[in-house]
Amino acid sequence: MIRAQQSDQPKAEQFAFRVQDLRRTYFMKGETVHALRGVTFDVLVGEYIAIMGPSGSGKSTLLNVLGCLDRPTSGSYLLAGDDVAKINDYQLSRIRGRRIGFVFQSYNLLQQLNVLENIKVPLQYQGLIGKDANAKCRELAELVGLGSRIYHRPTELSGGQQQRVAIARSLVNDPYFILADEATGNLDSKTTDEVLELFESLNASGKTIVMITHEDEVAARAKRVIRLRDGVIESDERNEK
Amino acid sequence: MIAQFFQIVDLGIKSLLVQKMRAGLAALGIFIGTSTVIWLVAMGEGVSYRAQQQILELGARNVIVRTKEPNAGSDEEANSRVKAYGLLRADFRRIVENIPNISRAIPMRELKFELRLDDRTADTKLVGCTEDYLELNRLEIARGRWLSTRDRGEKVIVLANDTAKRLFPYENPIGRTIWVGSEFYTVIGQTKDRTASAAIGGSLDSRDYNLDAYIPIKTLRQRVGDLVMKRVGGGQGWNFVGEDVELSQITVEVEDIEDVDETAQIIETLLKKYHEKEDYAVVVPRELLRQAERTRTMFNVLLVVIAGISLLVGGIGIMNIMLATVTERTREIGVRRALGATRSDIIGQFLIETVVLTASGGLAGVLFGLSVGPIFRFAKKMVTTFSPDSLPPIVHELEPRIALWSVLLSLGISLGVGVLFGVYPARKAAYLDPIEALRHE
Ligand SMILES: Nc1ncnc2c1ncn2[C@@H]1O[C@H](COP(=O)(O)OP(=O)(O)OP(=O)(O)O)[C@@H](O)[C@H]1O
Ligand SMILES: [Mg+2]
Repeated sequence: MIRAQQSDQPKAEQFAFRVQDLRRTYFMKGETVHALRGVTFDVLVGEYIAIMGPSGSGKSTLLNVLGCLDRPTSGSYLLAGDDVAKINDYQLSRIRGRRIGFVFQSYNLLQQLNVLENIKVPLQYQGLIGKDANAKCRELAELVGLGSRIYHRPTELSGGQQQRVAIARSLVNDPYFILADEATGNLDSKTTDEVLELFESLNASGKTIVMITHEDEVAARAKRVIRLRDGVIESDERNEK
Repeated sequence: MIAQFFQIVDLGIKSLLVQKMRAGLAALGIFIGTSTVIWLVAMGEGVSYRAQQQILELGARNVIVRTKEPNAGSDEEANSRVKAYGLLRADFRRIVENIPNISRAIPMRELKFELRLDDRTADTKLVGCTEDYLELNRLEIARGRWLSTRDRGEKVIVLANDTAKRLFPYENPIGRTIWVGSEFYTVIGQTKDRTASAAIGGSLDSRDYNLDAYIPIKTLRQRVGDLVMKRVGGGQGWNFVGEDVELSQITVEVEDIEDVDETAQIIETLLKKYHEKEDYAVVVPRELLRQAERTRTMFNVLLVVIAGISLLVGGIGIMNIMLATVTERTREIGVRRALGATRSDIIGQFLIETVVLTASGGLAGVLFGLSVGPIFRFAKKMVTTFSPDSLPPIVHELEPRIALWSVLLSLGISLGVGVLFGVYPARKAAYLDPIEALRHE
């Protein structure tokens, strides 16, 4: 393993996003929890990053901020040149819809919709339901290997299949990057492998992926591994290929 | 935009179908509310339409003065054998001579009388009248002819439909003679069947024309007289009580409809001068019409209030369901927010879901409401087959009339209820914290 290259400065458009001195403090009754205590790192377009760390180290908190689901207490978060640390709920929603693809540990498909409709959901919120919408969703279903199951409900699919639908859904808006919080946490080793292969092929085609994982074997498949501990970055290393 | 809207409606329907039973029960409140409004309004309109028709038959330009049995006054009076009261021929003369702006006045005397032919009898209302009576009451001749001026004082009689059927079940009555009291009268005509008209003059029964028999008023006066003896059962044997009444009714037709109320006033004042007791009543059909209109409006206002309350209750049920739905679908809301839904997207989704719920309840209610006619007729028929005499005549004659406004109103209210009671749950959903929503359950 070697330290991440920081030397020759990349141009602005090559950054997927940049975070600087990011802090997130929770104020509970009489108690303050410092979940993030100054996190700084840059992610370039096309990177494939695994975030690791013990439980409670702030991984999910970081991912929520990166996913524009949460605002940092302080620090800056530059997304395509915009500092999104201080924008309002409406703008955050728009950014989530246009620029970010989410993959969750528990799939989070909508039970009343079939595969095709589930993939289509993010398009609805962008007003992008055109004639080609169905074709695009079908294509994505095929990409994740579920082309023959597009009219099935989530309950009729296995966990691995559901997660592949979720990945297809995260791709439908052509996001800048994909955020996955323990996307393989609920899967057995075989399906984990399928999902990781999917991630790898997506990354190979240029998609930026940031995923949280507890498993070293999973992290080993990423190109770069960031380790958190007590809300700060403990290490940031590139995997040798 | 439109495609998007349908997408949301489609989603709303799909989400509601996940919990069919619950959605159905929630919509039931709205269903009952809307159909009840349409049903009740249709019934009310049916009743008031009938009342209006009956009043119109009395003539909007008419003032009707009727003899009324006065309340028993002194003891002496109550004990006397013969009671003389009511409108006098002198009253008729005075009205004709003194009241301006009237086109005609028509006197009439009616009394219960038994007609006979061989062994057949008919308990009829014997009506002494003039030639105008036919047209005045919109009677029609079925066969033979009506009374004419030449018949004044003659012993001729026109039978109403049922009267004729009782006395002549098989043969043509025209030209035949029947017994009226102790004298023979020649039947010259028969009237067509005629439905009853509005009750007037304080009596609650509506006027049934089908058991009438008509003779010239002059004949009645000369041959039957004013005094009628009635048998009253009691003690040993029979008691006879006499009633001495000259005229039962005077119908005054006013030239201009605008003068009707004023003319009625003048007549009232005139009669008051000559009558000590209240043994007459002045009825203005036009006033009755206005009263009926007022009653109808009041009834409708009452209905709308009741409808409002029932739909309010339905709406609270809907809100309750939607709040439960929002709680249950917290996770879904979090997911949608993560996938780019803004707060207003979420509000729109749940609001439309609520409106779909209430609108389907409302629409079903309207459809059921519109079928009030056939269903009511069927119910009437069933009841009549199983117990023929259990329905009062008013129900028998009632035909529900659907009012367009009640349909529009109930649909509108059910949509309004959806929006009104959907806003709070929808806002609650939209203001959930996405992260917490995603972590839910
Ligand atoms: N909403 C919140 N309110 C208060 N404290 C919170 C909240 N969310 C997280 N925390 C705290 O912030 C810290 C970091 O939590 P976080 O969920 O980011 O950990 P994690 O690294 O994702 O852990 P795990 O691996 O178990 O998922 C923890 O101490 C947690 O208790
Ligand atoms: Mg976590």
